[in-house]
Amino acid sequence: MAINADFAGREYPATAPYSVGREKLREFAAAVGSTHPVHHDLVAARGAGHGDLVAPPTFAVVVAQRAEAQLIEDPEAGIDFTRVVHADERFTHHRPIVAGDELVTVLHVDRIVERAGLAMVTTRCEIFAAATDDAGEPARTPVSTVVSTLAVRGEDA
Amino acid sequence: MTAQRPAAARRPAIGDLAAGDVVGTRTVEVDRARLVRYAGASGDFNPIHWNDTFAAGVGLPGVIAHGMFTMGAAVALVEEWAGDPGAVVDYQTRFTRPVPVPDAGVATLEVTGTVGAIDADAGTVRVDLTVTFEGARVLGKTQAVVRL
Repeated sequence: MAINADFAGREYPATAPYSVGREKLREFAAAVGSTHPVHHDLVAARGAGHGDLVAPPTFAVVVAQRAEAQLIEDPEAGIDFTRVVHADERFTHHRPIVAGDELVTVLHVDRIVERAGLAMVTTRCEIFAAATDDAGEPARTPVSTVVSTLAVRGEDA
Repeated sequence: MTAQRPAAARRPAIGDLAAGDVVGTRTVEVDRARLVRYAGASGDFNPIHWNDTFAAGVGLPGVIAHGMFTMGAAVALVEEWAGDPGAVVDYQTRFTRPVPVPDAGVATLEVTGTVGAIDADAGTVRVDLTVTFEGARVLGKTQAVVRL
């Protein structure tokens, strides 16, 4: 099944909140070999001016991929995951992610480009801290932007 | 994993830096257990990262490392150099070559960080990372912007 280019430009509703936990940050940091104390030691994190344990720079992928699943797992999008390779990834942090954050993500399908039997699918996840403003209304503070491109091989490539 | 730290965990001064300065090197040994651990920590359970039969079935030489693992392991060098992981405000890469990880033994990645550009007005430094496996680069355009 071919990639459905009609999905380009699509914006999804905000996801349910992702709760950033201390043990998850420690586990992720250990998995990538990030030994800096602000990922592991609350005293060190607070001493460095952070409110809680700090996420490693690529941790936001954990949050983003849950949002990206809305596209990738949608049969209508036509993305055969066995034919996918990851082409590029970029994180822009408006502020560090810390334990205790409640993060919601809005997925955007920025581009779908097909050439030479390859479809390049670029998504952008805008990650916000879910919070309530002074008036008790829901407010969103930008936290991270995650841009990812998947390359999907065609049937005969 | 080993890291050669430049001095202690204090912040580099932007005025002391010049483009081309090497900020550090790091050797990362990747085995299958490491991939399983990353799969669990990240939630990326794609079988190409742990199942040889599946990997071969989709045209790969065998199990390969998660590109996101390699990206995440490389930036630890920048975190240590910056003195604060929260100072990494932007980080990007392109995945140019897969890293096959053997059933027994390890795949060894060599990471080098170099000052690529300095923006004194913004107070930021771009660190360019090269990541190689068996002498060939596995990531392209790997850049971390650090606020100092």
